[in-house]
Amino acid sequence: MLLETWLVQLKHWMVNLFPAGWQPGVGSLVSVTVILGVFATLFAVATLLERKGLGRIQNRPGPNRVGPWGLFQPVADGIKMLTKEDIVPLTADQVVHFLAPIVLLAPVTLAFAVIPFGRKLVPIDLDAGLLFFFAVGSAAEVAAFMAGWSSHNKYSLLGAMRAIAQMISFELPLVISTMAVIMMSGSLSLVEIVRAQDGGVFGLIPRWHVLTPWGLAGFLIFFTAALAESNRSPFDLPEGESEIIGGFMTEYSGFKYALFFMGEYFGMFAVSGLATTLFLGGWHAPLPFLDRTLVPSFVWFFGKLLLLLFVFIWLRGTLPRLRVDQLMNFSWKFLLPLALINLLVVALWRFTASWPLAGRWALCLVALAAPFVALGAALMRHRHWKPRHYRYAR
Amino acid sequence: MIVERKPLTLWERLYLPAIIGGFKVTVRHFFKRKVTMQYPEEKWVVPEGYRGAPYLVKDQAGRTKCVSCQLCEFVCPPKAIQITPPGPQPNPETGNVEKAPKEFEINMLRCIYCGYCQEVCPEEAIFLMRDYALIGSHRDELIFNQEKLLALGGTHQDTIQKWQHK
Repeated sequence: MLLETWLVQLKHWMVNLFPAGWQPGVGSLVSVTVILGVFATLFAVATLLERKGLGRIQNRPGPNRVGPWGLFQPVADGIKMLTKEDIVPLTADQVVHFLAPIVLLAPVTLAFAVIPFGRKLVPIDLDAGLLFFFAVGSAAEVAAFMAGWSSHNKYSLLGAMRAIAQMISFELPLVISTMAVIMMSGSLSLVEIVRAQDGGVFGLIPRWHVLTPWGLAGFLIFFTAALAESNRSPFDLPEGESEIIGGFMTEYSGFKYALFFMGEYFGMFAVSGLATTLFLGGWHAPLPFLDRTLVPSFVWFFGKLLLLLFVFIWLRGTLPRLRVDQLMNFSWKFLLPLALINLLVVALWRFTASWPLAGRWALCLVALAAPFVALGAALMRHRHWKPRHYRYAR
Repeated sequence: MIVERKPLTLWERLYLPAIIGGFKVTVRHFFKRKVTMQYPEEKWVVPEGYRGAPYLVKDQAGRTKCVSCQLCEFVCPPKAIQITPPGPQPNPETGNVEKAPKEFEINMLRCIYCGYCQEVCPEEAIFLMRDYALIGSHRDELIFNQEKLLALGGTHQDTIQKWQHK
């Protein structure tokens, strides 16, 4: 039990050192410090993991010069980023240019406040945690536009426009796919949603949402939309280093660039954490009886988080970047209708609770697969387009 | 060139099968052998006939084979070779027979490894060898003089052995 609760007890002990009036403030400060520390470390680990993983996918060893097996590469990167010259273009809007990375990073960090990392390890248990998450998450669009507009550079502006178009388009499927979870668990609080996935069928198969037809579809939709929301490959058009040389980050260098990078990774952690919470059973162990062992619950949570991060990296190593029109078509004509249909399937699942399991599964799978096939066939239909002619041009 | 765009089959249009196929490919590569060569520690063994840096050679008797004919200097497209002939003073050992150069310099920064010097040399005195990484911290370090070129070039197993028959 000590393994499970030492963090909470440590926090209580530290808070009790202070007079009563200070305690709420000190308590928050301790939580913030821990979250920042943990996720900054995870950021360092993830950058290394990404470069190593991509290297292996491309038959290379990845960074291996700094320290044993290149383990200190993030340290070297950090020193480099900190000591680099910070260049601000002469024509840039100085204030907005300075604020953009902060505006990106601060809300993304706020999003960690509502995620339950362990059994008792939730910074704030908000009743509308999910709403809060998406509310702060959407501030990333403002930051992208601030960066793109203030840089006074056409590539930056193009990148920012792409970023905003993409984030707004993919926010819809992202939010709607989580609505399925809300319908089943009946709560917006992430702690409640994790509690709804407690226990297991026959004590063996966990009751995670991903193990239901609607949950699987919802998870895939959520994950795809999350990829696009966090500007990760194959949806990294806003960055598009080969076409628009870094997008809205073109005119950033040194520590501000590092902050953008950190914001992107923190966004990735946040959506991975949310995906874990909503669909993968949060801090619950993969087998229900493992929940009662000595292994602390946050180990399971971070295990799942790292697994999702690995899938992010794996995807980046696998898929090429989409074109802008493909991206938009994919979001509006494929993901969004599927997410809406998934809502219907959740309703079906809920109202067939008394049915035998096989029949319930079959019905829901058909209700999902049929529109999936129809939408997929319609979206990439071969259109016999002819070259366009403009009479006035001839 | 016009690329024929074949219409996708239904299976191909369903995203997920294609993505899973891609996943399979990348996972296969993930566990494959690394092909990267750890350069400064392990070096590439260049194949026979590789055109690397040009060096001067000695024959079995330890004589400089070069006779300062300056054909290589003349043919060198980037003018990397500079030869100073010995002048009219006879060599006390060999008399005034074959004139080994007083100084022979190759500017490795200018050399383009074309191999013309090797081709044009009537004495088989200069060869393009297998060195492909010449490193210096100063421009002057990469202007190789005769001594250095001979040391790097080593001995050529000469079949004619001109000096034996003089």
